[in-house]
Amino acid sequence: MNFDPEVKTLTKQTKNFRKFNVDEVREDFPILKRLVNGKPLVYLDNAATSQKPQSVIDAITNYYTYENANIHRGLHFLSELATEAYEGARLKVKEFLNAMSVSEIIFVRGATEGINLVANSLCRANYFDDGDEIIISHMEHHSNIVPWQLLCERKNLKLKIVPVNEKGEFIFEEFEKLISDKTKLVSIVHISNALGTINPVKEIVKKSHEYNIPVLLDGAQAVPHTKVDVQDLDCDFYVFSGHKVFGPTGIGVLYGKTEYLDKMPPFQGGGDMIREVSFEGTTYDDLPQKFEAGTPNIVGGIALGAALDYLTSFDIQDISDYEDELLKYATGTLLQIEGLKIIGTSEKKASVVSFVIEGIHPYDIGTIIDTDGIAIRTGHHCTMPLIKRFNLPATARASFSMYNKIDEIDQLYKALLKVKKMFS
Amino acid sequence: MSVKEEQDKIVKEFSELEEWDDKYSLLIKMGKDLGELDPEIKVDKNKISGCQSQVWMHAKLDDGKMQIFGDSDAMIVKGLVALLIKVYSNQKPEVILSSPPNFLNEIGIDKHLSPTRKNGLGAMLKQIQLFALAFKALAKKE
Repeated sequence: MNFDPEVKTLTKQTKNFRKFNVDEVREDFPILKRLVNGKPLVYLDNAATSQKPQSVIDAITNYYTYENANIHRGLHFLSELATEAYEGARLKVKEFLNAMSVSEIIFVRGATEGINLVANSLCRANYFDDGDEIIISHMEHHSNIVPWQLLCERKNLKLKIVPVNEKGEFIFEEFEKLISDKTKLVSIVHISNALGTINPVKEIVKKSHEYNIPVLLDGAQAVPHTKVDVQDLDCDFYVFSGHKVFGPTGIGVLYGKTEYLDKMPPFQGGGDMIREVSFEGTTYDDLPQKFEAGTPNIVGGIALGAALDYLTSFDIQDISDYEDELLKYATGTLLQIEGLKIIGTSEKKASVVSFVIEGIHPYDIGTIIDTDGIAIRTGHHCTMPLIKRFNLPATARASFSMYNKIDEIDQLYKALLKVKKMFS
Repeated sequence: MSVKEEQDKIVKEFSELEEWDDKYSLLIKMGKDLGELDPEIKVDKNKISGCQSQVWMHAKLDDGKMQIFGDSDAMIVKGLVALLIKVYSNQKPEVILSSPPNFLNEIGIDKHLSPTRKNGLGAMLKQIQLFALAFKALAKKE
């Protein structure tokens, strides 16, 4: 499965995208038809997890109904079939991210495991020396903080934090100041889950590379909303979770440049990742198997492939444009509510609206509007340092996906007015 | 009033309300009526973990009866604190320990506000029982 740029260009040019129509999209997601507390579900918690289209649900059922077998080792019919389906999914991920080769695509449990893999493997490779530094930002998800803290404890490293401004934006000048000859890695979120801020990741990579520092990007929130091209970004690692991009939970992707992955030792040992095992010593398989010990989440990989098929049947730009409309409308509508303040007002922002209402705890907001079937998230969104930076105990967060409608934002608005009334 | 009588009173009050909005409104009112907690009590060491909102609880023994104090920054949660105080405060520790919170089940609040929602209702109840257990043990020692 070698990369052939000519073939790829051809398929790109001739691809007929499905026309984006939100009503038709909604038909693809069976859960959107259900009632919650007797009311039609208004699902605005997409930054936590996305709903699944029928094609993904079917892929799971189909696999267990007709294709289930263990992969890579069996030579029987079903094993071949399952292997083809799983490796086919890897190819889909490679195309989706525009990676150079399938061997750069490692299936993991999710973005969190991807980051832990990099942290642990680099640690085993003795990549870090005493006193080295890792740069992250103040808006990282806990999954891009804690693995590095664990590593810092083990290797006596220092975590350097790029601050964010009042708008919730990455302060590039401060980032530049933090870079030193001790910096060994930069790990930054592509799009903030709590605020929606889209970070200048391409510039971050460029700047870091001037100092030969590799960059990991946490793309968990980015992949469902924007086109990601790892070659264009030139990042060294990119992670995302399947469940946030219309796929199942328990599957995710670590992309890594071959030059790094090749040198990195395995993170976990077991079956499927070895070439030769003896009690005297073991040799490991090539990429990507080296990092996939044990029977993987086969159905997860296949269903993630189906999710990417679904997403890429559209022009992602159309989805981005539509979500921008939703964001704009939601921002304008919610700001009409007296005492409501939006946290995260970056110029470049994905469809996430984090907000607080004066005198009403986010928990109360979330609890009350749930009775109207409206699902939002309240709390710290696994970004405790960030929420603390804004001197808040929590925020309420509405996050939109391609299947959300303007009408649902109106329902949120009305429900929030009701909450205000209950507290008056 | 006995624990049973308080529980019955609350069940009656809530069962007259059909809509959840009204039940929440009542909880909000109860929360507001509870008033502010003494700043000396509203400190980190009295915080209950396991809640999405901040919850503070404190208890002292007065003439053999346990007085419970509590607060939360979320009003519905504060309403729950108020409910528990109504039922369990000013009761003997052994009475508290032998009185399960059946009323929560009867008013359907345990279903709507399950522990998974991180309102910490379970954690608050546990804290009250721990206070009662401690006072009971202390009384025995004396």
